[in-house]
Amino acid sequence: MEFVDEYRNKDLILSFAEKLREVSKKEIILMEVCGGHTMAIHRFGLTSLLPSNIRLISGPGCPVCVSSQHFIDMAMAYSKIPETIITTYGDLIRVPGSSTSLEKERAAGSDIRIVYSALESLEIARVNPDKNIIFLGIGFETTAPATAATIIQAKKRKISNFFVLSAHKVMPPVMKALVEDGVRINGFIAPGHVTAITGTDIYNELASDYGLGVVVSGFEPADLMQAVLMLAVQMESGKPKVEIQYQRVVNNKGNIIARQLLNEVFVHRDDNWRGLGMIPESGLKIREDFSSFDAEKHFIVRIPESIEPKGCICGQILRGLKTPEDCHLFGKRCSPSDPAGACMVSGEGTCATYYKYRS
Amino acid sequence: MHELINDVFIKHFGNEILNEQTDSAILSVGSSEISFTTDSFVIDPLFFPGGNIGKLAVCGTVNDIAVSGAEPLYLSVSFIIEEGFPFNDLEVIVESLASEAMNAGVLIVTGDTKVVNKGKCDKLFINTAGIGRLKMENRYISKALNLQEGDIIIINGNIGDHGMAVMNARESFNFKTPVESDCASLNHLIKKILDRYPVKFMRDPTRGGVATVMNELASKTKLGIELTESDLPVSNGVKAMCEILGFDPLHIANEGKVLIVAAEKEGLKILDLLKNDILGKKSAVIGRVVNEHPGKVVLRNETGGRRIVDSLTGDQLPRIC
Repeated sequence: MEFVDEYRNKDLILSFAEKLREVSKKEIILMEVCGGHTMAIHRFGLTSLLPSNIRLISGPGCPVCVSSQHFIDMAMAYSKIPETIITTYGDLIRVPGSSTSLEKERAAGSDIRIVYSALESLEIARVNPDKNIIFLGIGFETTAPATAATIIQAKKRKISNFFVLSAHKVMPPVMKALVEDGVRINGFIAPGHVTAITGTDIYNELASDYGLGVVVSGFEPADLMQAVLMLAVQMESGKPKVEIQYQRVVNNKGNIIARQLLNEVFVHRDDNWRGLGMIPESGLKIREDFSSFDAEKHFIVRIPESIEPKGCICGQILRGLKTPEDCHLFGKRCSPSDPAGACMVSGEGTCATYYKYRS
Repeated sequence: MHELINDVFIKHFGNEILNEQTDSAILSVGSSEISFTTDSFVIDPLFFPGGNIGKLAVCGTVNDIAVSGAEPLYLSVSFIIEEGFPFNDLEVIVESLASEAMNAGVLIVTGDTKVVNKGKCDKLFINTAGIGRLKMENRYISKALNLQEGDIIIINGNIGDHGMAVMNARESFNFKTPVESDCASLNHLIKKILDRYPVKFMRDPTRGGVATVMNELASKTKLGIELTESDLPVSNGVKAMCEILGFDPLHIANEGKVLIVAAEKEGLKILDLLKNDILGKKSAVIGRVVNEHPGKVVLRNETGGRRIVDSLTGDQLPRIC
């Protein structure tokens, strides 16, 4: 298949592996930030192609996994309001809250629908004028502009029964927080699609002030092997910098229109990340101008205190401090069919990936 | 679903025939062996590229009998119709049901119709049951008794067409793709094979896809199964939809496919035969039986990656990014 097969070409991938063995001598640890990267690395068995001096660890880039328990509990409480339809992206519905999940609430009678785009929620709102539609906004700079565009559309079309519960988050603060938190890494394999929106300036400080290499990578095996090679070359030369491997999609400036949409609708706020805690300025809240679409301003719900699953080490895994194999729930109490922690739920979660690709 | 079957149905109904949990029950009636099965069809939408619920209701039951090694002969058909369902649509569905029964060479010999109040069912449900004649020498096929290391696994064409065609028709994303359901009765094709070559195991990979059948086989035989990613026949349309949605073609339903396990020598002859049939043009050897990793299915990719292929749990959910 065009635009896929080229980047899965065995000879190309193996040539990057060979080059890596030639140039890379130092012991280095790299963090792939994005869940899509984690998934591809394991799916294509890339760790077995890397020289033993290079270690990859997984970061906090799966949006489903980092959504806080409180957010899930809140979504669940909204789903129980009469005459309400919850719309959400697919894999969020399996995430366990403190006592139940959206999937279980749906089985119990709540109207919870999977959408493929935020805009679908507007259509649902139009054909169900006597119901309130609450869209669960999750994801980073990748999905947040689509939510912003939907809210702007809703305002233009004067749709009054559409609301968003925003748990949207942004990447730079969490990457910085991880480094300040003491995660020992030499560089980031930076998220390709986030950077397509943000541009690369957001990483400059990581290179200049923290001495970390940053290479923005695509999601195919050849992309990732090349990105690791570029980072290894930086490490060997002792000159960490910000580079783009994923040039067919990403440029330095990013997507200015998408960022304008984000700024028009959202404002930064401190936000809670599952396992990482409160990170300053890392979340996106709906601005006052659009508050009539903000679910949090409209519906009063009682949310029980969140209970984290006992023994789950998702937090340390998201920080790259531990791997799923260090968790005594992994593969026993916690599996994709019955997940305890969020990292097991999403197809991009570190635990689900390890589970699926263990051998 | 597995838990539901074991904890409720097997618990109360359990007997030595049912406990085998094969797609068709194998019964001794006098000196004859017959294969008996039933299936309910609740598909949404009723019409999809490549077929409709009527055609599917015949293919599904015919194939369940055929993969047990038997020749399907007679079907029953029951309709549960929601009040107000358009008569014209019903007629189109019944026509294609009749025409597919004729293709497959089975007679519809009994049936039932119920009309229920609006909202008590989703437009139209169909149940079919069928019986077939089983030759003594094919009795073992559904039991997977003689598998051993080195046996090859064959499929008669592209995987995932049915599931993705139906999904594309049902959901709102409207991919412009020529992907059509592979819905087809396989009994004539299977008879051709069984008349000539020994087959060790057969199953149609419907709901849960190839992955689910392979996992059931591995766990039943306590042998390992190794699939090769580059050998899996998948159309570009299905591949592209799976890439976009984050789905695995191995988990997607098929309605005109059969997985065949045979010794390598005979298997390669079966492959030739399949490739010369209209329903098997894109047949391929997709893997083999191994002694390693007993009870598990492993997929190998070209660059040396290996991953465990699990059964589908719940529905496939699209990934967020």
